[in-house]
Amino acid sequence: MNAPRRNMMLADALAQVGAVGLFMFSILAAVPKSLRHYRETVRQVWFVGAMSLVIIMTCGLFVGMVLSLQLYYVLTNFGGTAALGTVVALSMFRELGPVVTALLFAGRAGTSMTAEIGLMRATDQLSAMEMMAVDPMSYVVAPRFLAGILAMPLLVCIFNALGLLGAHLVGVSWLGLDNGTFWGNMTSTVEVWSDLLNGVWKSAAFGAVIALIATFQGYTTPPTSEGVAYATTRTVVSSAIVVLALDFVMTAFLM
Amino acid sequence: MNPRVNDPTRSNQDARTPAAGNACVRIRGLRTVLNGKTIFDDVDLDIARGKITAIMGPSGTGKTTLLRHITGQLAADCGDIEVDGRHVAGLNRTQLFDLRERIGYLFQNSALLTDFSVFENVAFPLRQHLRLPEEIIRNIVLTRLQSVGLRGAAHLMPSELSGGMARRVALARAIVRDPDLMIYDEPFVGLDPIALNQILTLIRTLNDTLGVTSILVAHEFSAVRRIADHVVLIAGGKFVASGHPDVLARGESEWTRQFFGGEADGPVPFQYPARDYAAELGFAAGAR
Ligand SMILES: Nc1ncnc2c1ncn2[C@@H]1O[C@H](COP(=O)(O)OP(=O)(O)O)[C@@H](O)[C@H]1O
Ligand SMILES: [Mg+2]
Repeated sequence: MNAPRRNMMLADALAQVGAVGLFMFSILAAVPKSLRHYRETVRQVWFVGAMSLVIIMTCGLFVGMVLSLQLYYVLTNFGGTAALGTVVALSMFRELGPVVTALLFAGRAGTSMTAEIGLMRATDQLSAMEMMAVDPMSYVVAPRFLAGILAMPLLVCIFNALGLLGAHLVGVSWLGLDNGTFWGNMTSTVEVWSDLLNGVWKSAAFGAVIALIATFQGYTTPPTSEGVAYATTRTVVSSAIVVLALDFVMTAFLM
Repeated sequence: MNPRVNDPTRSNQDARTPAAGNACVRIRGLRTVLNGKTIFDDVDLDIARGKITAIMGPSGTGKTTLLRHITGQLAADCGDIEVDGRHVAGLNRTQLFDLRERIGYLFQNSALLTDFSVFENVAFPLRQHLRLPEEIIRNIVLTRLQSVGLRGAAHLMPSELSGGMARRVALARAIVRDPDLMIYDEPFVGLDPIALNQILTLIRTLNDTLGVTSILVAHEFSAVRRIADHVVLIAGGKFVASGHPDVLARGESEWTRQFFGGEADGPVPFQYPARDYAAELGFAAGAR
């Protein structure tokens, strides 16, 4: 790849980041007015939250089970299987819960936000709203953004709960760890504020970022079927990268 | 003998030319270039208050673009557009929305909100801007749907409508707040003769009873002739002819004769600008 081409791509990428930043400011400016359409926000929380429940619960269960299985064999080497509950809970609450939920959320809810808004753009529904003096930023975009922020922490809590259940199933019911040791060690080591809530805050940030990327991609998509298809793909790819990068930054600086 | 004397869709007042001092929309020196193609080349236009002005012209000449300029959806490269005394280009978003609240706009492709039923689509502008009791909203919406003949379709979703039905729902939505300025972008597309008659009567009635100013983009001259007070013909980036439909129908200028006669050859180009036909097909002498 030659230098001018690389510079162009870099410039494009930077311009895109700038555009997303400006888009975020216009969302924030539209939030006060969008509170008038609070029903729309509630509908979106239901749509992106409740509709993601099945995938979140299933994945949470399996992640907890496999984590428990892997750690059991590792911990046996050190004679530390009593710490299984603690280790599973810590890794779920602090890392796996928020990150895996965010990736699933981007695939399940982010894509549908992008496709929905993109299709509204392509069929002139957004222009129609503007002509009826209804701002699509406050009626369409801001409610989805708020829904992302509200739904992600709730989904993470459910993911974590199912993860612990899975770990318990494998560790206690299957591999025969003592039930009291499993829970007792966990509850005495894991802190609600520093461990559990840290993950919850993090997940709210992930929800905001995913909803921002998804609505931006949908809102600015070229009004064609190909444009919507690409925008949907970009939502998943960018969300995954940004979530993992943000996860590192937040972990490094805030914890 | 004028065949339209007994036509119920026709108003009795027959103002032939727009009064310059009483223009609802004033366009001066409008110039637009899209993708390197000149759509408008320094044009002026007045749209008289309380009248129906029809804008006609070959497809792709910029009729929809003109409507988008008037409503502030698209900024012009040059020139000034005044709607009801306000310069559209100088308005901020809030002022623009205030202006649009008094404009009813029928989109060329209906643009119904696909998440909502027919009823909710028509109720949408009411719910967004007015705090009305549910019962009143219901009555207003049902009257509007009745006037376009679709009261029975209130519960349907947009995906269950035919093209002509969708246009009528979009029309009901556009008029639901009794706008001062109605803009119809090709309202007659996909309508059967009965619905067409009803819609023509509706458009005329809105003008006669409520004094609505109407801008109508349409291709059906026979329909336009029955209701329009003034017709403007666009071609090649200019307004090439204007006047009362009956006067234009006499075809005194070359433009109107060709356009209303439907002839391919004449000053109005049928072909989108292109390279020489023979050369592009490789037949021209010396092309190979
Ligand atoms: N968004 C756009 N970008 C570039 N060109 C456009 C755009 N919209 C319309 N055009 C061009 O402008 C011309 C006029 O379009 P339009 O106003 O929709 O025509 P019509 O008179 O049929 O309503 C067409 O030649 C079209 O190719
Ligand atoms: Mg058009």
